[in-house]
Amino acid sequence: MSFINYSSREINCKIVYYGPGLCGKTTNLQYVYKKTNPDQKGKLISLATETERTLFFDFLPLALGDIKGFKVRFHLYTVPGQVFYAASRKLILKGVDGVVFVADSQIERMEANIESLDDLRINLAEQGYDLDKLPYTIQYNKRDLPNIAPVENMNRLLNPRNVPYFDGIAVTGPGVFETLKNIAKQVLIELKKHY
Amino acid sequence: MSGSDLIMYEEEFSRIDEELQRLYVQTNAKVVFLVDKNGQLIASAGETRDIDTTSLASLTAGNIAATGGIARLLGEKEFTILFHEGENDNIHISLIGQRVILVVIFDKRSSLGLVRLRVKKSSEALVKIFNDITSKSEKEKSVDSFDESPFAEISDEDIDNLFR
Repeated sequence: MSFINYSSREINCKIVYYGPGLCGKTTNLQYVYKKTNPDQKGKLISLATETERTLFFDFLPLALGDIKGFKVRFHLYTVPGQVFYAASRKLILKGVDGVVFVADSQIERMEANIESLDDLRINLAEQGYDLDKLPYTIQYNKRDLPNIAPVENMNRLLNPRNVPYFDGIAVTGPGVFETLKNIAKQVLIELKKHY
Repeated sequence: MSGSDLIMYEEEFSRIDEELQRLYVQTNAKVVFLVDKNGQLIASAGETRDIDTTSLASLTAGNIAATGGIARLLGEKEFTILFHEGENDNIHISLIGQRVILVVIFDKRSSLGLVRLRVKKSSEALVKIFNDITSKSEKEKSVDSFDESPFAEISDEDIDNLFR
């Protein structure tokens, strides 16, 4: 649910990073935060445990610039990836405009990816969304690790609809902005369709 | 992205602003603000300069969402009022008409009783304004009169420019 304010001439959209535990959702946001101009970003809020696992969500507001005199703001959220935070995960998806699925490329995490993707689909459906109709981008993260699955295999498993996908190494940055840019673009194009 | 997008027009925005200003004065609060359930700040009144309202809005919505989750587990529809008491400042959060969140931050210059009373009055006014907004956006949509729409002529180039 985007928020279009004709009075302050602002458009606000919500993007959620989803994926299994330790796949790099928070790392994506941290990288975006690190590389964005101070005047474009708000605080990066992380509700995390003492061991830096996301407990509820991370939140990063980004002001990208203007389109036709409207300030465009994206609110980036991550969900807690760990399985037992299912109830919290559901809440974050409320009002989402676009989803980034961050998949862990390590072979031993493939099952976790599939499980998380199913979970995403179910949780979205509960909020009345259909993943197949939402702006949606996939990032195959951790491409720098040795034990990774080939992208073709991951696509077959996780991306039957062939949505835009990117290789990522969120820790050092490759793929992070490509992913963000792609989802932001899809969200804006979707808005254009409706208004 | 269904019809649940929130579109705010000038006229309703000033009505909301007026109502928040009134509440701010009447409650003797430090800050009053209005957030939608998804965490977007809609409007605010008072001493907002030193407060990161964007983060506050998002966390408030998270708070309401978590509390709503607890409510449903207990078989309640929703807990409509949350109150947090601090050493100096207190925060009163209430859910209005199922869709927006009204937040009042106050200190010892005010009192919980006063805040509760005034919030209740303002809630009724705000519910009405938001009902008007909903019917207005539906009307605008049906007559297809989005002359002013910022999206009508949005180009790929516009979008690319955002990331330069």
